[in-house]
Amino acid sequence: MSDAGDGSVGRPAGKDPLADPVRFIDERTAAAPLLRKTLGYLFPDHWSFLLGEVSLYAFIVLVATGTYLALFFDPSTAKTVYHGSYAPLDGQTMSAAYKSVVNISLTYKAGLLIRQTHHWAADVFVASIVMHLMRVFFTGAFRKPREPTWMVGLLLLFTAFLEGYLGYSLVDDLLSGMGLAIGYGVGLSIPVVGGSMMLGIFGAPFPGNHDFWSRMFIMHVFVLPAVLATLIGVHLALVMARHHTQFKESDRQTNSRIVGLPLFPAQTFRSLALMLFVVGILFLLGGLVQINPIWQWGPYEPWLGTNGAQPDWYLGWLIGALRLMPSFDVTVGHYTLIPNPFWGGVLFPLFVIGVLMAFPWVERWLTRDTAVHNLADRPRDRPFRTAFGLSFLTFVFLVFSFGAADRLYVLFGLSYAAQLTVFRIAVFVVPAIVFVITRRICRELQLAESLDEVHEQVAQLNVEAHEVQTETTNSG
Amino acid sequence: MNGPRRAAEFTVLALLALATLCAMGFIFVYAFFSPGGMPNALLGISLGLCLIFIASALLVVGKRLVPNDELEDDYPTEHPEKQAEVVEQLRTAGSLITRKRMLLGAGSIAGCALGAAALTPVLSLGPFWDTAALDRTPWKRGVRLVDETGHPLAAADILRETFYTAFPEGADPEDIGSPIVVLHLNAADLRMPPDRSGWTPRGIVAYSKICTHAGCAVALFRKPTFPTVEPQEALVCPCHYSTFDPFTGGTVTFGPAGRPLPQLPLQIDGAGHLRAAGNFSARVGPSWWNVREEPT
Repeated sequence: MSDAGDGSVGRPAGKDPLADPVRFIDERTAAAPLLRKTLGYLFPDHWSFLLGEVSLYAFIVLVATGTYLALFFDPSTAKTVYHGSYAPLDGQTMSAAYKSVVNISLTYKAGLLIRQTHHWAADVFVASIVMHLMRVFFTGAFRKPREPTWMVGLLLLFTAFLEGYLGYSLVDDLLSGMGLAIGYGVGLSIPVVGGSMMLGIFGAPFPGNHDFWSRMFIMHVFVLPAVLATLIGVHLALVMARHHTQFKESDRQTNSRIVGLPLFPAQTFRSLALMLFVVGILFLLGGLVQINPIWQWGPYEPWLGTNGAQPDWYLGWLIGALRLMPSFDVTVGHYTLIPNPFWGGVLFPLFVIGVLMAFPWVERWLTRDTAVHNLADRPRDRPFRTAFGLSFLTFVFLVFSFGAADRLYVLFGLSYAAQLTVFRIAVFVVPAIVFVITRRICRELQLAESLDEVHEQVAQLNVEAHEVQTETTNSG
Repeated sequence: MNGPRRAAEFTVLALLALATLCAMGFIFVYAFFSPGGMPNALLGISLGLCLIFIASALLVVGKRLVPNDELEDDYPTEHPEKQAEVVEQLRTAGSLITRKRMLLGAGSIAGCALGAAALTPVLSLGPFWDTAALDRTPWKRGVRLVDETGHPLAAADILRETFYTAFPEGADPEDIGSPIVVLHLNAADLRMPPDRSGWTPRGIVAYSKICTHAGCAVALFRKPTFPTVEPQEALVCPCHYSTFDPFTGGTVTFGPAGRPLPQLPLQIDGAGHLRAAGNFSARVGPSWWNVREEPT
């Protein structure tokens, strides 16, 4: 039976550089079917599907640069006196945390590059998540069976807000301290539990005791990154379980058949290229575009503040909401029930995430559509959803814009008080107008297309009629 | 047929060579420059371009040098028969137990108890129940006002149209009950609440420097340079532009703050130094549940 001269059975390893490792792996893990399936996993080819990938790569940059920064950062509020290379701060009393970040920025070689790249990566991370969210929303990619993916993604986004906030709060420069004070004030405003909660988190009334910095540090460098990594893992696993949605670009794409490039080799090279582009651009930004020059702000003390302070962009909507609220605390007699920061700092973000979380289920309930959807919608084909999404986005964007009203005053001389009045009306009126106009545009676009189709059909009929006529003439 | 592919291969080679040069440039800049503005730009450019060149090489490989056909596959679907099997397995698992509800109840209670026990150490984080800590301030009758360097403030040194920050002598300046704003106003313009008569000797007023809205420092002093611009001097918080009127006991005139800035009663001692004549008119710091709006 066995032919001694035939090498096909029990052939010694080390002959085929591709087959041998594959056989080695499969013999130990029995993973060949999985490997085959993974390499053949299909990615629909559309640029907008890369936005989520960009945020994944920004996250990788954040972990790598953050680890490097943690090798030098001192999470301590112990008071020290600065005597370093930056003369304007010489002799100033500051926290060890702030001093170590000044040293990272100005003393260690490549320290500033890594710090600025870390900061840029955080801004790009959140920005790409928001863009990705918009793509998914407006193409209806959140529908069954992908509602859990959508909800995990939203949790990711809101965790990223908190992670970013803690990141720049750790530095203990003047701006970060002001941000932390606002966070304390907002936390304190939560009815019933706010006071106790903040005493627990800060260890003492603001600015807290020395334990607080250790707590922020472990949250920022371990707990929240672990949460983010877990959520990213779940998000990707959910995506792979039901595959991507796809646009109906030809007859090949159907609700049950996916068309795309296989993971290997075509998509692997594209994705790696995108990753290195993202990393490369982040390092270019970190090297060339200054961001948060903390040595210029000086150390924070609770009695210090500066005008024109702005948070990182992704918290702009919260500062806008805090500034837009009319002046009142909800009180009974002389007792406060709901202090003012609660509306803008707690209720507003909860409202936004609540609406977004609920949307897939609400749309399902409104449209009575319980089918599985693998084909992405074009925004115009869903006038209500597109109009609602754009109007909701406008609402949040207007609140966000008002967060920069003091900057608009400095840049264009628009009175802050006048802007306040205008924005308080605009945040309700403009989204309503946007809703009506967007729905109209969607319907007009649909109508124009169906008209085009009719024209084409008429033209086709004319051609056919002409042919028939010609034939009749010829035969006659 | 081979022409374009060869061109693509040469492009990849060239891009990889450029990437190598950039990486070496990065090492060179790191080794031979001292930290500061320009080397940071060079470091960023060399590393960034290195990555972008490799990315471009990968893109050329992906688009030109490997199979690029779009393939088709079935979307995964649900499995009703497997669902039924899972349900069946879950069902048979509990079929031997007769007192299901009782066991479940006891299990939940034990679970909750364990959870509570596991969470108990969290209470060590801070003085959760001592919310009165939020209201404590180092100010009381007779405490001297000192500046940032610890020198006492003399009433005669407090100038008009100038903004002073002061602290209670011997206390922790970082305590948010500590910092106050001291202003010298025209005594004739003051319109204080009637129960605060005598709080403002010679027109010198003091307020908590911590905004009652969200706890930032009320660090801005709006002084009308020209009479037509703004009516009067005011205290402004730069975070959300809550604006307080120092002439009327710290009332809110603009912005989101929900209650006035707490006022500190002042007196002048025999040596001419400013001292507190008592604690603040209201609780200091951002408002919270149950905070009383009047003096305690």
